Amino acid sequence: MSNYRIQGATGEWEVVIGLEVHAQVTSQAKLFSGAATAFGAEPNTQVALIDAAMPGMLPVPNKECIRQAVRTGMAINAQINKYSRFDRKNYFYADLPQGYQISQLYHPIVGEGSLTIEADAKAGIPEDKVIGIERIHVEQDAGKLMHDQHPTMSYVDLNRVGVALMEIVSRPDMTSPAEAGAYLSKLRTILRYVGSCDGNMDQGSMRADVNVSVRKAGEPLGTRTETKNVNSVRFVMQAIEHEAMRQVDVLESGGQIVQETRLFDPNSGTTRSMRSKEDAHDYRYFPDPDLLPLILEDDFLEDCRASLPELPDAKKARYENELGLSAYNASVLTADVDTARWFERLLAETAKASGKAPAEVSKQAANWLISELFGALNKLGTSLEESPVTPEKGGDLLALIAKGTISGSAAKQVLEIMLETGDDAETIVEREGLKQESDTGAIEAEVDKILAANEDKVAQYKDGKVALFGFFVGQTMKAMKGKGNPQVVNEILKTKLG
Amino acid sequence: MTELTELGVARIRDGVKAGDFTALEVAEAFNANVAAAQEALNAFIVATPEKAIEAAKATDAKRAAGEELGKMGGVPIGMKDLFATFDVQTTAASHILEGFRPQYESTVSQNLWNAGAGMLGKLNLDQFAMGSSNETSYFGNVISPWRKAGSNAPLAPGGSSGGSSAAIAARLCPAATGTDTGGSIRQPAAFTGTTGIKPTYGRCSRWGVVAFASSLDQAGPMAKDTRDCAIMLEAMAGFDPKDATSLDLPVPNWEALLSADLSGKTVGIPREYRMDGMDAEIVALWDQGVAWLKDAGAKVVDISLPHTKYALPTYYIIAPAEASSNLARYDGVRYGLRDLPEGANLQDMYAATRAAGFGPEVKRRILIGTYVLSAGFYDAYYTQAQKVRTLISQDFAKAFEQCDVILAPTTPTAAFALGENVDDPLSMYLNDVFSVPASLAGLPAMSVPAGLSKDGLPLGLQIIGKAFDEQGVLNAGLALEQRAQFTAKPEKWW
Repeated sequence: MSNYRIQGATGEWEVVIGLEVHAQVTSQAKLFSGAATAFGAEPNTQVALIDAAMPGMLPVPNKECIRQAVRTGMAINAQINKYSRFDRKNYFYADLPQGYQISQLYHPIVGEGSLTIEADAKAGIPEDKVIGIERIHVEQDAGKLMHDQHPTMSYVDLNRVGVALMEIVSRPDMTSPAEAGAYLSKLRTILRYVGSCDGNMDQGSMRADVNVSVRKAGEPLGTRTETKNVNSVRFVMQAIEHEAMRQVDVLESGGQIVQETRLFDPNSGTTRSMRSKEDAHDYRYFPDPDLLPLILEDDFLEDCRASLPELPDAKKARYENELGLSAYNASVLTADVDTARWFERLLAETAKASGKAPAEVSKQAANWLISELFGALNKLGTSLEESPVTPEKGGDLLALIAKGTISGSAAKQVLEIMLETGDDAETIVEREGLKQESDTGAIEAEVDKILAANEDKVAQYKDGKVALFGFFVGQTMKAMKGKGNPQVVNEILKTKLG
Repeated sequence: MTELTELGVARIRDGVKAGDFTALEVAEAFNANVAAAQEALNAFIVATPEKAIEAAKATDAKRAAGEELGKMGGVPIGMKDLFATFDVQTTAASHILEGFRPQYESTVSQNLWNAGAGMLGKLNLDQFAMGSSNETSYFGNVISPWRKAGSNAPLAPGGSSGGSSAAIAARLCPAATGTDTGGSIRQPAAFTGTTGIKPTYGRCSRWGVVAFASSLDQAGPMAKDTRDCAIMLEAMAGFDPKDATSLDLPVPNWEALLSADLSGKTVGIPREYRMDGMDAEIVALWDQGVAWLKDAGAKVVDISLPHTKYALPTYYIIAPAEASSNLARYDGVRYGLRDLPEGANLQDMYAATRAAGFGPEVKRRILIGTYVLSAGFYDAYYTQAQKVRTLISQDFAKAFEQCDVILAPTTPTAAFALGENVDDPLSMYLNDVFSVPASLAGLPAMSVPAGLSKDGLPLGLQIIGKAFDEQGVLNAGLALEQRAQFTAKPEKWW
């Protein structure tokens, strides 16, 4: 239980939240047709005969969509139902050519599962928390109406009709906007790891229906409202906050919560009523007679399981236990599958280029990626995906540090130049003369010169003014134009000064 | 040339192959009959003489080149207007689809064209295949070529494949496609002295067939006799990956394996089909059928199908439920009729379009279907009906432990006059009482003309078989046909 409470005039209120997430299945073709699914195509260019519900057209399930739903279920440790069935949800709307959506009400493909959100004290999540997932079912998306094409008529774009969605239904296990945000982020992370949804919320690939109710501690669940189609983590949190406050206000002023569907307005951060239960549709669900029950064979399930990648929780544990990364670094690096992949390539390249075991260079690689590269990319306003420094180039750079060829401060300079020019590290080091001097003889010679020129200070040092050590290091480095290997300089100075 | 139109599928196919006549001569002969009968019988919604000619010329050219002519090479047929045909108006006999020209071809019709058949036209039917008399067609009812002795009253050709049955009986085509949801092949065949088989559910692809009730709809051939049905079914059937309910089984050589010798076979007689107040003529014909099958070498046993009396109510829940959803797509948005009153919003457009586009029987069934699926009624009606449907299937499964095929009448009466049942949907629905159980169980079933009523009208006997055993059904049908020697045909008055 989070410590999130709404302070009302009559005391504290708890908030109960459940999310229904619609995630577009990553697939070349739609759930029951061969039409393409690319985002942003010209209207009505990705429409098969069945998508337009031409007379006599029939749905045939796309195995890839089924496979992705099963893999997603496996990734949340859910029960996979070897028998599932498609049902028709009947209603009339111009964006729904068949007059029904093919969905799975009675027998979903994925049953009970869960995911864990991580403790985040700052966000008011005191410890790791398991959020239950009731089910995942697959269903068709609808099309889109365009109201701005004609003064009195609306146009219909059927490109999205029939695109496969997974509806992922959580248990009402969340008790604060932060928990709901963490749940949605974690779910998105898992989907992107599995590759079953690209998680692009701004393109509508993922959107959430948010169920919220409030109650006094110890009371039974209150009446809930459902806020539809909220399309970012931040908006979900805002919608919950606003909706919970609104419900408390209604209840405290003697009103009742109406079970209803609401809409979120991102501009004002508020929700408003769309339709109440009284005018809710009667969807007349019944099993789709065009489709046989979906029976999953053991071989298929094994293939699905074998194709699952290492999942975020396992990866994070491995980064901590095997690579010795801090919990924070492991968390940052595993939060998105692309970052983790990038890191792992960087690590492999660094190990290869430096001739060391991955575990020996992992911390260096993690720190460099998180504190150097992320910062630099941020400043440039670009992302890891578009980074001019590839993992290969990054690995070369890190190996130069690991081998002592350049200093840490030189490495920063090299990175900046790499980002500007795209050149590789070694070329830059050569060109800019940034190679660090590790040759003991050369350093000794410089040290001797410095000590000879500063006999007074040497004497002071020997009298106990040990803070002067830094002066000698500085002088040596200055004499060597910053290229002396600081470690070697330190060692030689220590020996010579006794 | 008139004799050519007396020929059936096998004789046309063989005659063209042998060079006794050309496919073009056959097509021209039938085209002429179609044109001459249209005004009187109204069997076709659209005639396509040019399609028949084109296919015939292709067959003749193939023959000249020494190529294979296909199972239906040179045979022109009628196509029930429920099958989508490329760029040829496809209406399901409704106003809402009037003028609709699909840019695709149904799998079954394509299979037939691939087998060398040609299209004489699109045959009239009950609107969306809902009806037993062809009176629900938007394009006017089909008139049966048959007349009661001593009467000129127009008779129903049966339904919903009434255009198909009338056209074959009147020699407008040697064969035609039909579809059967609750008896729509068998009942019109029985009414017109023609032969028709509904194969096992899934044998013929439903892709491109305008849907009525998806879990029941099944295409099949209608023709003059059993052999013609066997040939045409071979051409129509086959696994279709575009239909998820299609049977993934090879198509047997039904024609080659036809045999009227029923030695070693057992025929079941379902006692529940013997109903109180049944027409004595029908009972007598049924008894005669038993004798014929015994004569063919079969053993005859009494069987029980205890849930028979629930079949009709079950059917009239499931079929309308599916129809109410299947017909939701006819909304005026993308194709077909759009009625957009001045100032109308989307809901107004739906209401106006569907009010104008659907006939009363279609509306009635949409309403029934919507009702039985609605919240609070779903379990009492739809769920219960599905349970009973399972019991009906189990009845058949048990019965088939004792017998190979089942013999029953096809219909409770001979053809009725047009208008006779039109105000009484319940008595109209009763026409399906013997045909609906096999539809609910998805079993192959066939009607064979077996005799004439005292009024001189055809009567049919029905053979119901095990799933996938079309051969057993066809063989029993052939045995009946050989003994019934049904040669009667309507006197030409049109």
